[in-house]
Amino acid sequence: MTDHTGDTARDNVAAHGGQGPRRGNLFARFIGATELDTRLLGMVGALALIWVGFHVYGELANGFGAFLTPRNLWNLTVQTSSIGIMACGMVLVIITRNIDLSVGSILGFCAIVMGVVQVNILPQYLGLGHPLIWIVAIICGLLVGTAIGAFHGALIAYGGIPAFIVTLGGLLVWRGAAFLVARGETISPVDPTFSLLGGGPYGSIGAAGSWIVGILGCLAVLALIAFGRRQRVRFHFPLRPVWAEAVLAALGCALVIGAVLLVNAYHWPRGIVNRYAEAEGITIPEGGLEISHGFAIPVLILLAVAIVMSVVMRMTRFGRYVYAIGGNPEAAELAGIDSRMMTVKIFAIMGFLAGLSAVVASARLNSATNALGELDELFVIAAAVIGGTSLAGGVGTIYGAILGALVMQSLQTGMVLVGFDAAMQRVVVGGVLVLAVWLDILYRRRSK
Amino acid sequence: MTRTQSQTSRQAGGTPLVELRDISIAFGGVQAVDRVSLDLYPGEVVGLLGHNGAGKSTLIKILSGAYRKDSGEILINGERAEIDSPADARRYNIETIYQTLALADNLDAASNLFLGRELTTPLGFVDDARMEAETRKILARLNPNFRKFSEPVSALSGGQRQSVAIARAVYFNAKILIMDEPTAALGVHETKMVADLIQELKAQGLGIFLISHDTREMMELCDRVSVMKNGQMIGTERVEDVTEDDILSMIIMGRNPKREAVPA
Repeated sequence: MTDHTGDTARDNVAAHGGQGPRRGNLFARFIGATELDTRLLGMVGALALIWVGFHVYGELANGFGAFLTPRNLWNLTVQTSSIGIMACGMVLVIITRNIDLSVGSILGFCAIVMGVVQVNILPQYLGLGHPLIWIVAIICGLLVGTAIGAFHGALIAYGGIPAFIVTLGGLLVWRGAAFLVARGETISPVDPTFSLLGGGPYGSIGAAGSWIVGILGCLAVLALIAFGRRQRVRFHFPLRPVWAEAVLAALGCALVIGAVLLVNAYHWPRGIVNRYAEAEGITIPEGGLEISHGFAIPVLILLAVAIVMSVVMRMTRFGRYVYAIGGNPEAAELAGIDSRMMTVKIFAIMGFLAGLSAVVASARLNSATNALGELDELFVIAAAVIGGTSLAGGVGTIYGAILGALVMQSLQTGMVLVGFDAAMQRVVVGGVLVLAVWLDILYRRRSK
Repeated sequence: MTRTQSQTSRQAGGTPLVELRDISIAFGGVQAVDRVSLDLYPGEVVGLLGHNGAGKSTLIKILSGAYRKDSGEILINGERAEIDSPADARRYNIETIYQTLALADNLDAASNLFLGRELTTPLGFVDDARMEAETRKILARLNPNFRKFSEPVSALSGGQRQSVAIARAVYFNAKILIMDEPTAALGVHETKMVADLIQELKAQGLGIFLISHDTREMMELCDRVSVMKNGQMIGTERVEDVTEDDILSMIIMGRNPKREAVPA
């Protein structure tokens, strides 16, 4: 604690503002002025490497690079949603030095509950296709997920049972329960409105809707930067140079607009266009009818979850206490924080998000099976950890976890596209997880 | 001057700020604190001395709400106080600087200073900018060299961490301050800073419990010293009535030579 020797060196680093290794004058100045997280840049770099790598490999090995196409990238965003939604909750769990191995099974159980409610129970009373069916089913699923999570949290906090054991038990119990509820049957098809939440041509918001989302996104980026600057002026804190603010604003808006252009560049398959045109009584013009997908609904759900959870983590007392408990449980307790109740709430949020993930996953499959979400817990934990959440507690971000989920899914998708078989995929994913954590440990050691 | 003030307040039979009466607590079969009584007056510094495991920190943690006493009572300003949690203690304006400092290493100075008592915007969000501004203000007074406001406290030196812990206690207008080994991890210069601060707070009328192993330091900083051994109170003496040797023998032998020298 009293390491006086290191102080001057650290003070010098601090005087230049920000952390992280500094190499090359221009790059260092750019990072210093924009206050960008070097770790974040590293992850974006890794992601770019994976994407370009698979694309080039596809070109060389198969004569066709399938990765960097609107179709694949659009699919990638949809496939990332389910894991990404749960990773947002896993960040909180891991920050507070716990683990949740049961999320995949909770997902499966919630999906079966929602399936039974919307296919076997509600149509008897409301009639098939009643507009309330999908809403009631979702509420049931989310309530069940939240209740299971809170129950796990209570066993951990008040029963004193380690989270590893409680959720390992939960992994088996809820998977088994999912089988028992539906006697092992697959429940399908789900309610048509419900199935839109899984994406697909009809479950996307189209070109115009995507532009509206994009414009709102750009406005949000600008508002955030302006608000941050105003706060700093108000309290006389050091300001970023104006050019750095401009670069950040331009980068943020470019990213948003790029995403809109990408999802709008992926058009509906011809068969679906023909069926749609027939149903709506539209005559297809000479050159063919091009209908853009736009953002898929599950992606927007993930986006909403990410925004809400980021606000919770950065701007509420609850989020502050999550970090405090992770950093020093004893200090949090002495500061009057009820860490047991916090644990219950955190696991309840995790359960809720597993329920929401179940909505997306079963809607996408248009059915609920008791095997849904198997091994998801490992992908979710891997996403959070690759995204920089420290298993030692106290460190982690929502955006990191989502980037982590994107990395995991990119690897998975990329390997499928270049034709790796399932066994090889597991070998690579497992190896990458260990490698990513090792790189993270090296990074943290150096920046200390 | 402050010393005489507190003495007169005590001798005039004023109400003590804190009165601990017959406090006991046991952990398993060990009687960690055994019917201990102690009081503290406004503007007074009372030192607690004793070996490791004598029960000083345990006694103090009962007052700060970290432990619940088995029996006995606590009076604040002459009135019975129920202190069952750290939050209760804070309501009575009792602030504690723990030996471990009780800082969340991953959070910055402002987040630690306001932990559990965050300033919020009208919408209920934490107001980081205002908290940092307040933190800058109070640390400018306590430790003018403090600069690292946006870094986690794990990046701070021992003295800087101590400044944050002290700032936390001072900022919230403590009436009763508990300092557990406040100078154990500090250099000469920083120790002097803490000593000056104690004098300043004393002059403002705070009552301070000070725990330390350094007998000489205690003789300088305290008005009275209490010695504990094996969970029991050996005795409480005014510092001008005893020598350092007297105190040492109380700590080591568990006897009060002062009382034994005077025939009953």
